[in-house]
Amino acid sequence: MAYLELNNIYKTYGKGEHATEVLSNINLSIEEGEFVAIVGFTGSGKTTLVNLINGLLQPTSGEVLFKSEPVVGTSHERGVIFQNYSLLPWLTVGQNIYMAVKEAFPKKSKSEINDIVAEYVEMVSLSHAINKRPKELSGGMRQRVAVARALAMKPEMIIMDEPLGALDALTRGNLQDEILNIWGKDKRTALLITNDVDEGIYMADRIIPLRPGPNATLGPEFKIDIDRPRDKTEMNDNPNFKKTRNAIIEYLMDIGNERKSVSKTEYVLPELTPKDFVNRF
Amino acid sequence: MKQSITLDKITKFMGFEFLRTLKLIFTGKIEKEDFRNFLRKVVVPLASMLLFIGLWHMGSQALYNTEATYKIEKALTEQGQEAADAMEACIASGAVKCQPNTLPSPAQVWASFNTLLDDHFAIRADKQAFAEKTAALNAKRIAEGKDAITYTGRPSFVDQILTSIKTVFAGFLLALLIAVPIGIVIGLSKTLRSSVNWLIQIFKPVSPVVWLLLVFMIVKTLTKDSNSDSAFIISFISVGLCSMWATLVNTAMGVSSVDKDYINVAKVLKLGTFQKVFKVILPSALPLIFTGLRITLSVSWMVLIAIELLAQSPGLGSFVWEEFQNGAIDSNSKIIVAMFIIGGIGFLLDRIMLTVQNMISFNKNDGI
Repeated sequence: MAYLELNNIYKTYGKGEHATEVLSNINLSIEEGEFVAIVGFTGSGKTTLVNLINGLLQPTSGEVLFKSEPVVGTSHERGVIFQNYSLLPWLTVGQNIYMAVKEAFPKKSKSEINDIVAEYVEMVSLSHAINKRPKELSGGMRQRVAVARALAMKPEMIIMDEPLGALDALTRGNLQDEILNIWGKDKRTALLITNDVDEGIYMADRIIPLRPGPNATLGPEFKIDIDRPRDKTEMNDNPNFKKTRNAIIEYLMDIGNERKSVSKTEYVLPELTPKDFVNRF
Repeated sequence: MKQSITLDKITKFMGFEFLRTLKLIFTGKIEKEDFRNFLRKVVVPLASMLLFIGLWHMGSQALYNTEATYKIEKALTEQGQEAADAMEACIASGAVKCQPNTLPSPAQVWASFNTLLDDHFAIRADKQAFAEKTAALNAKRIAEGKDAITYTGRPSFVDQILTSIKTVFAGFLLALLIAVPIGIVIGLSKTLRSSVNWLIQIFKPVSPVVWLLLVFMIVKTLTKDSNSDSAFIISFISVGLCSMWATLVNTAMGVSSVDKDYINVAKVLKLGTFQKVFKVILPSALPLIFTGLRITLSVSWMVLIAIELLAQSPGLGSFVWEEFQNGAIDSNSKIIVAMFIIGGIGFLLDRIMLTVQNMISFNKNDGI
């Protein structure tokens, strides 16, 4: 039995005539300690998939199994890093994390919780900003707070929904390394949703493309056989990397073309000629 | 990190930024940009104030002349030339008995303002004298278990202002205590919201006068046996009931429209219902709640005058009404004084609320 299993998941929004099927027949299994990336176009239903796994949404049919138990709601065992940080703006960095830790470990004393908060704030190197509010931080710093908040709850599995999507390339690279570091330390299971193929290859053990919705399904998986720790500059010369990258991009391009050629309707434009203005005067 | 509260910040919060420019002028650290700001924020408003007073003066002059001419003509047609001449001389002499009764000029209003202040000081002195005179007797009466003798003279203008402010704050507090909890509860439950929506929609537009009558019906019966100040109770309850709707609607809206991201966070952290309400929903609704409270305070000040006028409870409203009934030579200008005082206090109350709102809200608004 796999650690996380998705069996024949269908998710429909709306009812009756207005129903749109966002996800169809999703099957996925993730082993313990694995780092899996799901790559897809924007609007292909990635966030819906993530919310099904973390328990914010329930599938229309099919089942999500986490450690062989069906997922019926959110759980502290699955930490979530949201796409848009989702920090509470009226709390400081420390308070945001404190609230999460307190919920995850209700029996710990105040000073123990404070120690955990300090430890994780230190880990994302934001100790100097612990008393700042999210509004005073840059995008990258906010996302680091979100990462620290998710990890401070010590989840068994980290679910990341395009966590670095809104960041610039440099910050993105740094945070990728930070997340990999943390993941490598105690080998938690990780699921990364992204629209960046390179990011997926750099971070994950396996990449699974999500064919664009409506009726999004998962495509064939691509294994990444590159030793860890990976180095970005070296990786560019790695033949394995080039091969996998080309294969994934080709696959995604094909889906894109397929999607374009779906509409076969040809529009016949009426034959119109401009009015002859010159001769009217 | 605690943010230090400086005078600059407070004035900025309250929307009195021009004070900073004044300070810069006096300290000599002024730049071209500051000077332009000073022109825009101090000189231009002052000029428009002068223009306003000038127009007012000319307008009152014109009305005065019209009224005077009318009086003279009336005397001419009814009593003949002799009476008309007498009337003209009488008006010119400034005698009280034949002054045209019309819009007072700015100078008259200013004079009335000073009269009211003098009157206040006179009454205060009188009160003090009374207190001194009765101090010994009162001490004896209290020792004997009797009620102390209190001053029963008429209240001064300033006393009435204070009464009005007291009433408005009592009403505002009542509105806050009713509207915020109910707003939170109906904001949280869709079912409850749709079940009381008709009530809110129907009672929201009801005029203050009708509220006053309703409260009168109830309070009159309830306070039949007690000797409490029923005029005060009636007016502050009416003020509260009239003004609470803005807070009620805003609170319900703020609570029901919390950002979905925050709700997701609460779900992922598995916060309990109590925690979710107090740690996520309420803080995020706070700015809207305060916007509602600000509207409530200005509405309560606005309706207070009308309610006092009708309920005959002491205060600015009844002051205006009494002056109007009085019909003395300076009654009109006293009414105008009251008008400016009412406007000024309303403005001040709004600024206070804005300051509190800005301090509470996490997205610092610019002063409006």
